[in-house]
Amino acid sequence: MGYNCVVCIKQVPDTGKVTGDAMKADGTINRAALPAIFNPEDQNALEAALRVRDQHGGTVTVITMGLPAACTILREALMCGADKAYLVTDRRAAASDTLATSYILSQAVKKLNPDLVFCGRQAIDGDTAQTGPQIAEKLGATLVTYLEGLEIKDGFAYATRNIGTGTEKVKAKLPALFTVMEKCGELRPFQARLAMKYKKARAPMELPKETADADYEALKAKGLDIGQWNLDDIGCDLSRCGKAGSPTLVNKIVNVVLAGGEFQEFQPTDEDMGRLVGSLIADHTIG
Amino acid sequence: MDRSQGEVWIYAEQEDGVLSDVALELLGKGRELAGTLGVPVAAVLLGSGVEGLAAKLFEYGADKVRLVDDPALRNYQNRSYRETMIELINEIHPQICVFGATFQGRDLAPSIASALRCGLTADCTELKIGDYTDPATKEEFKNLLMQCRPAFGGNIIATIVNPRNWPQMATVREGVMKMLDPVSGKSGELVKHQAKCLDGLELPVEVLEVVRTAKTVNLKGARVIVAGGAGVGSAENFKLLHELAEALGGTVGGTRAAVDLGYLEHERQIGQTGVTVRPALYIACGISGAVQHLAGMQESQKIIAINTDKDAPIFSVAHYGIVGDVCDVLPKIIKAVKAKAI
Repeated sequence: MGYNCVVCIKQVPDTGKVTGDAMKADGTINRAALPAIFNPEDQNALEAALRVRDQHGGTVTVITMGLPAACTILREALMCGADKAYLVTDRRAAASDTLATSYILSQAVKKLNPDLVFCGRQAIDGDTAQTGPQIAEKLGATLVTYLEGLEIKDGFAYATRNIGTGTEKVKAKLPALFTVMEKCGELRPFQARLAMKYKKARAPMELPKETADADYEALKAKGLDIGQWNLDDIGCDLSRCGKAGSPTLVNKIVNVVLAGGEFQEFQPTDEDMGRLVGSLIADHTIG
Repeated sequence: MDRSQGEVWIYAEQEDGVLSDVALELLGKGRELAGTLGVPVAAVLLGSGVEGLAAKLFEYGADKVRLVDDPALRNYQNRSYRETMIELINEIHPQICVFGATFQGRDLAPSIASALRCGLTADCTELKIGDYTDPATKEEFKNLLMQCRPAFGGNIIATIVNPRNWPQMATVREGVMKMLDPVSGKSGELVKHQAKCLDGLELPVEVLEVVRTAKTVNLKGARVIVAGGAGVGSAENFKLLHELAEALGGTVGGTRAAVDLGYLEHERQIGQTGVTVRPALYIACGISGAVQHLAGMQESQKIIAINTDKDAPIFSVAHYGIVGDVCDVLPKIIKAVKAKAI
């Protein structure tokens, strides 16, 4: 018997490449200045789901919430072997904090009624690690965080978790949601055949407006359609989405003024380094 | 209901009957917040056979210890701990709940916030009490929890508030708040609770095996830290940092970028999402000085920065600076240290 897996993935700015113009004057992220990537641990989450399908059959469906540009990572997921992809996109979802985001994603996941849900442990643009546990709570699914290894047997998940001070092996009831760490395994590369095929996959909002309906029907016929849902499609209570559904508010953003105290420059010479070490010994910092 | 008289709660995380350091650190901050608000600070302790830990919580600043001691809470499990906390919060109505941003805290706190539909700010680097006016409605809120955390990219700190959905919840990494000196023999009010939700609660997870690994790195206790960033260039070059650390009797740490590049292990990460340190000497090698990193080291007593970019922000917090390449400078420092035979 196969298992239906859903993987929640996120397109994130590549925080490893932050440069001076990465922030706008109002303190929000200038997404245009940063390359957008498939969040690293979400890639591990997809791999974990694909391995379950390799072993037991079933399906792997990926979901992302964001602007149509996020379809890039949905296509990447399809090229790696995901069966189906959905974009949750809606202007009314803008400014959602983790609580509202997890609500919206949980509504999308519910529609697919999966046995297993996989999320990356955290996204590199916020590092909160909150969305996965909050989706699980809303689904009423068993939560298994910090997944490092997984086997499914007799309808149970046998999981190895990192608990900070060591590891823990648990047996978890399905449906379950896992937040996945890098150790679960690197995402397999694109398959050439799938890459050729799915580079043409599109969501309706990516198509030219005038011919969108007809084009999308043509894509559907070829299995190249990326599903697209708005908040109504997934039955969201709008009071729980976007700004209205987000209890956290940004009060203010301040630039950090770095404290400039006494500062002494040394030259990278043997002589100067000797002086530096000497002064550290003199004031008992070392020695 | 008016919750402004609600208590300040610190989640007293314990594992195998040992309290986490971060819980004790947070009690110090909890005391300060509760003092400003004029309410008690309570440590909330869950477990089985853990009543004996209450004394320590009082000594580190708790006015009250709220204890749920139940065999069903022997091991941490999301479902049982979550349901117990939710029941307590709904009964006692604290205004603030702070958790350590540990593996356990980051599993538990978001689940509670989800169920109670309240806000939760992760990895705060400062917490204080302040007033807030909603710019949209002009509604004024007195004495809210101001949750400060560095925002992604650039040298920016964002302050987050949760004015309407209480309790106000936040997590804080280990080492960020300073632990108070314990007051020996200080006592307080021990309140024992029974959690009705635990009666016949079915747990969806069965723990089969726990393997504890000894902690090999102790950054928090190190007097000297030699830390590296992406500018070190390679894992091979990190050997120089290890060599200097060894010569000084110190420990090697690094930035998130260095960890992501695979130059060193995750447990050596210093900064907002790693460990916060306050050593006597911090030698920053090839670290530019993103605010997330500075948050975890700027209270070091002496900071030496080595960087090829003379405009790198790290020089602004450093006491001594050397503009140069790590691979050129470090061997010279190592030589000088060895010559002085420290």
